[in-house]
Amino acid sequence: MELRPVIAAMRRNRVGALLIAMQIAVTLAVLCNAVYIVQQRLSWTARPSGVDEADVFVISNQLIGSQRDLGSRIQTDLAALRAVPGIRDSYASNQQPLDNGEDEFGITLDPDHPAATRFTTVYYGDQRALATLGLTLSAGRNFNASEIGDCGDLPSGSLGGALVTRELAKQLDASGNVLGRVATLVPISLHVPIVGVIDRLEAPNVDLFGGSSIVEQSIILSCRFVNSRVDYIVHAMPGRLAETMRVAPLALAAVSRDRVILSVRSLHESRREIYRSDRTIALMLTLVCIIIVAVAVFGIVGLTSYWVSQRRRQIGIRRALGATRPAIVRYFQTENFLIAAVGVVIGAVLAVGGNLWMVERFAMTRLPFAYPLLGIVAMLSFGQLAVLWPALRAASVPPAVAARGV
Amino acid sequence: MFGYYFKLALRSLRRNLVLTGLMVIAIGVGIGASMTMLTIYRAASGDPIPQKSAVLFVPQIDNFGPQPNAPPNQDFLPQDLTYMDAMALMRAHLGLRQAAMYATTQSITPPNAAQDPLEGYVRATYSDFFSMFDVPFEYGGPWGKAEDDTHASVVVLTRPFNDLLFDGMNSVGRMLTIGDKPYRVIGVLDDWHPSPRFYDLGQDSFTGTDQLFLPFTRAIDQQMSTSGNLNCDRAGPGSGWDGLLHSNCIWIHFWVELSTASGVSKYRTFLHDYAAAQRQSGRFNWPPHVALRDVVEWLTYNHVVPVAVGTLTSVSFAILFVCLINATGLMLAKFMARSGGVGVRRALGATRPAIFAQCLVEAGVIGLVGGLVGVGLTKIGLVSCRSVLPPDLSILTRLQGADVLIAVAVAIAVTLVAGLYPTWRATQVHPAAQLKTL
Repeated sequence: MELRPVIAAMRRNRVGALLIAMQIAVTLAVLCNAVYIVQQRLSWTARPSGVDEADVFVISNQLIGSQRDLGSRIQTDLAALRAVPGIRDSYASNQQPLDNGEDEFGITLDPDHPAATRFTTVYYGDQRALATLGLTLSAGRNFNASEIGDCGDLPSGSLGGALVTRELAKQLDASGNVLGRVATLVPISLHVPIVGVIDRLEAPNVDLFGGSSIVEQSIILSCRFVNSRVDYIVHAMPGRLAETMRVAPLALAAVSRDRVILSVRSLHESRREIYRSDRTIALMLTLVCIIIVAVAVFGIVGLTSYWVSQRRRQIGIRRALGATRPAIVRYFQTENFLIAAVGVVIGAVLAVGGNLWMVERFAMTRLPFAYPLLGIVAMLSFGQLAVLWPALRAASVPPAVAARGV
Repeated sequence: MFGYYFKLALRSLRRNLVLTGLMVIAIGVGIGASMTMLTIYRAASGDPIPQKSAVLFVPQIDNFGPQPNAPPNQDFLPQDLTYMDAMALMRAHLGLRQAAMYATTQSITPPNAAQDPLEGYVRATYSDFFSMFDVPFEYGGPWGKAEDDTHASVVVLTRPFNDLLFDGMNSVGRMLTIGDKPYRVIGVLDDWHPSPRFYDLGQDSFTGTDQLFLPFTRAIDQQMSTSGNLNCDRAGPGSGWDGLLHSNCIWIHFWVELSTASGVSKYRTFLHDYAAAQRQSGRFNWPPHVALRDVVEWLTYNHVVPVAVGTLTSVSFAILFVCLINATGLMLAKFMARSGGVGVRRALGATRPAIFAQCLVEAGVIGLVGGLVGVGLTKIGLVSCRSVLPPDLSILTRLQGADVLIAVAVAIAVTLVAGLYPTWRATQVHPAAQLKTL
């Protein structure tokens, strides 16, 4: 295909060509960044919590009335829950994965070096915690009954034992060799020997850390949680979640009515809730991408159609001089390709620039190079797709047009 | 003449419906996307208390000292105060009004024995809270200085909570059990939803879940623990309630009303001197580091507008930009296609300004129709956003009457700008050249 006549014709239509190129550039920039954000958010929402989410639910409970024998009241409640047919196990904790929580501390194996301190999220649990949450132990062992103490507020001093996640183990000691070593929680100076390593257990506030692996740095302390505000974590037998979620609050009410049951939620619901804003953003940005591509495509269709109608006579002359229909189609495709090529180069620069601006302002991560490259391919294809219909219309101009009005 | 051009414009728009439709949709989509996001952005960034936002201030005092690992571009001042510092500021009594406050969750036993006990979101604060924030009352009123000083067992209910417990009746004088102690209802608020809840930007800052208000002094007596953030340094919260009160842990919010510029600078000096005195006494071993921010500064400092909303708003303006380039291109096509007609008008004596006016009116009409389509799309956009946005934000995203006018005006304005170049090109048509082709 000879490019010279195409370029010569474009020269006479500079502004129109420039407008299309600019549309393609801005569209490409938005598309790259939006798709990157969508992909990132969706990958966050897909992270496993480490818990057997299909069968676990949580009863948030506020015990009221006399606060003197909370420990035994909680144990009575748990025994009542375990007696419900269809419930496999349960224990009391301060917080649950995939929900708002707190209890964040520093942790270190070397209290003399503040720089070695890492972030951790503290869960309380007894020897039933591992089975109830459905966690996998990758090294060491579960708690012994003798290691379990009562904790209301976090004590300073020492505790029986702790289970840490593999990520936390790696952070504490590069070789991950933490079994049997004593960890210190700061600032409360709590010393606790690490007895086991679990594969994975996410911190509660997974939505607040922007995909950082810091959410993997959890610890379970060998504690029976004693507090008026307490979460009962319950593991139902397979397929009996809905049924047990309905019956469990009744079982608790039968024990005592001196309580406020704040919520009964499956981990599925918690997951849906906590990742809601991430999904919203992904959805809205996807819509934005569809809209902006559609606008750009229709813009190209409109303007090229106009060029076709403007050049009907010239097309007729070319056809009369022997140009085939495919040659006419190719002419418009080549023209669109040249314009789009200019657009995508500018667009790729804009895409990277826009990403850097977001890195600066919103603590985004850098755009991988694959995105602008794929974006370029996509925009060139969209351009070709958009130009197809006007080009086919151009090809159907009869050569006889040339004979008229010359 | 305008009427005539208007009629010509309508006729011309009818002539090429596909091109007209594309232009109108382009402008409508651009306006719809940007108006939708702008409404959400405004909801997220609005000034919650416009009449007083310039005279209400949050003091901050650095009681943790310089952080060795702190990122360089942040001031790392604590967001809250320790109990000790908050009480020192209350005692200094330097503002027109001031109130320390914190949130706590308490079990509430309703007077009606048939109702189950429930959890109530309580704000412990001082009497100035209500006058400082212009809080409206439906029944009764706030407690006064006397109740603050006597640590009185009185409580103010919000309207929804009064509806829940007392069926919306005037409950002033009725008794209520909070924790395990009786409290007398002294007032019921009228509807009051500052949004975001600027005075406490903890969780749910857009829905504001406070349900009951009671004197701070009483809450401290009753050892009601905070349900908000509690941040401590190495020394920790100490042992027991008394330990917490004397600890270096931060958990108290503090607001002060300063109505004059000199009052503000005096307060700044006071904060600085206070921190210096703490250094002198050996509590701090770093130079005074304090701040005093008003409502808007405080909201910006705390990044109340979600980052995602900011991103989406900028992206929606990119859409508007693409739509306008698009409209420019299509208008260019449309006006140039009419070169023949323009040539005839010029030959019959129309001046360039007349052609200019005619084309611009046509652009304006496209903008008007596009704007109306845009308003419709904004409505659809907001309704669909409401179903996916977090509930605390979505209640704020309503389109107001003025927004419709603004949207249409903006649509016309941007279309006129987009139409400038095509219009100019149309005026450059040579009558003679065009007449030859007819």
